[in-house]
Amino acid sequence: MILLALYLDFFKIGLFALGGGLATIPFIYELGYSAGFFNASEIANMIAVAQSMPGPIGINMASYAGFKVAGFWGAVSAALGVITAPMITIAIIAKALQKFIHNKYAAVAFGGAIACVCALISAAVFDMLKTALLRPEITQTLEGLVDAIAMKNIIFFIVIFFAIRKFKWHPFIYICLAACGGCFVKF
Amino acid sequence: MLKQKTSLFELFITFAKISVMTFGGGYAMLPLIERELVAKKHWIDQKDLLEFFAVSQITPGVIAVNAASLIGQRRRGIIGLVAATLGVAAPSVIIITIVAAFLSNIMQFEIVGNIFAALRIAVAALIINALFPLFKKGITGIFTGLLFLITFIAFYFFKISPILLVILCAAATLIVAKAKGALK
Repeated sequence: MILLALYLDFFKIGLFALGGGLATIPFIYELGYSAGFFNASEIANMIAVAQSMPGPIGINMASYAGFKVAGFWGAVSAALGVITAPMITIAIIAKALQKFIHNKYAAVAFGGAIACVCALISAAVFDMLKTALLRPEITQTLEGLVDAIAMKNIIFFIVIFFAIRKFKWHPFIYICLAACGGCFVKF
Repeated sequence: MLKQKTSLFELFITFAKISVMTFGGGYAMLPLIERELVAKKHWIDQKDLLEFFAVSQITPGVIAVNAASLIGQRRRGIIGLVAATLGVAAPSVIIITIVAAFLSNIMQFEIVGNIFAALRIAVAALIINALFPLFKKGITGIFTGLLFLITFIAFYFFKISPILLVILCAAATLIVAKAKGALK
């Protein structure tokens, strides 16, 4: 039963995650807190793994989330779920690709949906930054907020971010560097 | 050359191989598909590939899956589509299961927790960086900027279902375009 529920949840995610694998993040966030499957830092771990392992990020995210909920078969149902809707869509439009590319309605609706997806991902990343850069145990009160700011983490974030913008290395390299950093510095 | 029959097994294995070699999402797949399927196997030509990627980006779901579905469909119809797509998904499921099972056993060690604390910071930075091109495509004027703001607030503070928000934004954009006479 849980496998079927997972399949359906991820079918919906596959249908609405427009613009690539990153768009699955806010939907998995929502699934996480509405069903109580996983919390913000677990989702952040999931993304870290999904980004550093081979394979498309969307399918990796689905597999990991499915595994967390129901083990290997959970991973299978979530991955199958997330690929079903795209498969059906492609099967339907494959015969008339050119017509679809030049369809004005599709292009306009898609433009609005992408703006929406940008906001959804931003909100999820904002939450993730909160858990990554603040000490959650002392952010309960407003007075504690100043003490909660983890300076080391913020400096690390800024350094990594500028390195990404400047050097444009492969994401895997930053993941490795961060993992090394985590061995020696306590964040 | 394009007429040559491709076996389903070959479709599955080829896409599994491409999936294993892809690090960091669907866009990273493009050069691999180009090398394997255009230059080596001649399954599709350059023009097809660009068209496929254009379609993949405006249809729902993971870009890699869409591209695999299109190429599988082109080679062998519906069953080809299924074989190619399962090929893309299979390695992910296996690799992630092994990694996730392993991680859940070592997560209680302090050093692993600390490594992940560092990874979470790096991943947040990577995602923000990956958002730049999406923002360029998505936030194109006052209207889309407004949509962005409203969606952010609705999702972050009011926990409104993201599916509902996507539908509403698409509908709102259509209605505004229609009112402006931009359609037809």
